[in-house]
Amino acid sequence: MRYEAPDTTEAAVQLLAAETGLARVLAGGTDLLVQLRSGMVDPDLVVDIKRIEVMRQISEEDGGFRIGAAVSSAELGEHAALSAAWPGVVEAAELIGSTQIQGRCTMVGNLCNASPAADSVPAMVAAAAMVTLVGPDGRRELPAEAVAEAPGKTSLQKGELVESVFLPKRPPRSGDAYLRFIPRTEMDIAVVGAGVSLTLDEQGTCQTARVSLGAVAPRVLLVEDSANCLIGTKVGAAALEALAAAASAACSPIDDKRGTVEFRIKVAGVLARRAAEKALERAKGTA
Amino acid sequence: MTTIKVSTTINGDPVDYLCEPQETLLDALRDRLGLTGAKEGCGTGDCGACSVILDGRLVCACLVMGAEAEGRAVETIEGLADGEELHPLQQKFIDHAALQCGVCTPGFLVAAKSLLDRNPDPTETEVRYWLAGNLCRCTGYDKIVRAVMDTAADMREAR
Ligand SMILES: Cc1cc2nc3c(=O)[nH]c(=O)nc-3n(C[C@H](O)[C@H](O)[C@H](O)COP(=O)(O)OP(=O)(O)OC[C@H]3O[C@@H](n4cnc5c(N)ncnc54)[C@H](O)[C@@H]3O)c2cc1C
Ligand code: FES
Ligand code: FES
Repeated sequence: MRYEAPDTTEAAVQLLAAETGLARVLAGGTDLLVQLRSGMVDPDLVVDIKRIEVMRQISEEDGGFRIGAAVSSAELGEHAALSAAWPGVVEAAELIGSTQIQGRCTMVGNLCNASPAADSVPAMVAAAAMVTLVGPDGRRELPAEAVAEAPGKTSLQKGELVESVFLPKRPPRSGDAYLRFIPRTEMDIAVVGAGVSLTLDEQGTCQTARVSLGAVAPRVLLVEDSANCLIGTKVGAAALEALAAAASAACSPIDDKRGTVEFRIKVAGVLARRAAEKALERAKGTA
Repeated sequence: MTTIKVSTTINGDPVDYLCEPQETLLDALRDRLGLTGAKEGCGTGDCGACSVILDGRLVCACLVMGAEAEGRAVETIEGLADGEELHPLQQKFIDHAALQCGVCTPGFLVAAKSLLDRNPDPTETEVRYWLAGNLCRCTGYDKIVRAVMDTAADMREAR
């Protein structure tokens, strides 16, 4: 195995594209190192992206935020403006692992590891996050929900890597939230996760909404049926009940030691409703 | 296999070492540099026994590659005491009997130090959440939490 730590995105792409064997990007390494050490992956090349300056930064752009692929969850939580604009995304990123993991793990690593239970992914999907990919054929943008295809599998091409993720500008009267269910209070994998982002008009009617679920299907879901239950309503009890039912209906989970199929379907509805209530409160500015 | 030469700073001193590309920082510290304070409890980021501070951030050394330390600053448990003089956290761990077998202790001390460096006045809840990535099979945690809270109180008074 070779270890490389280039200082530009272009150099990283060149290394990845030129490698004939298996190549892996190293961000925080909190998934990759575990996989390396257990023999789950045996790469010929590891490209550490943490020395690439653009990937280490959080910058404001067109009223939104561009977050470099190597920015850790701890750094996200310390960014006041980002935390104020996208509290749901930041709280999701801050749920990953322990303090030690927080100092290293990235949202993009969470996304590219392609676990259906990745905590920050439903929050990014609800936020309509766009991912910037750079590869041998240049740059392209993908919505966050289009990155993972199946457990452990992404839509990235050979030689391609993620440079940054972009969270769009928040209109006034907007809020987002992410909630997960785990049997403990810390350090566990989501049994179900739910992210909601919504915007109200001046009368308090929901104008736009996005609802996303984790750990209830082979990949994180964008649940348009749930969002449609909110749009055009005041987000009252009936709309929230309908959203919960649509969320449960969208699930196709597995049975495992953390939760049964039935349990996950039920909890998905409950969490989606609670996340919507929290997002609503934030949108009204009362949170 | 190409061996990598790493120049880094450990507990304030410049240090050079050679490591294999797949080697972790924990292996490099323990096996190449004889800094065996950081322990390998799990090797998967779950137990915190390998906690060190890398460029000011608390991390699991078992999930950092040895090569990543190039040009960085690493703080380990070996740098906590000032010569023969124990760090207040170390003294309080003894006073509160916050250790039994001691395997988890270096990790808890490094983690607690990084908390107090950032937040000299943590609540009990903050202490418990901050230390949630450090596992102890012996003490039941309560004495550890008391020792950290007590150290914080003393250090605030001394200021
Ligand atoms: C103790 C522990 C607790 C954990 N708890 C949680 C939890 O509560 N919730 C949760 O969701 N996850 C959890 N995880 C998993 C992990 O921490 C997260 O998935 C984390 O976000 C991964 O980020 P990273 O930067 O460390 O990724 P890395 O390990 O660096 O990378 C992960 C994968 O993505 C690829 N990759 C990384 N960056 C890029 C890029 N820019 N372009 C292309 N590919 C890339 C890598 O090649 C690798 O395959 C935990 C892990 C541990 C060890
Ligand atoms: S040995 Fe590193 S966390 Fe357990
Ligand atoms: S004192 Fe034995 S594991 Fe903590």
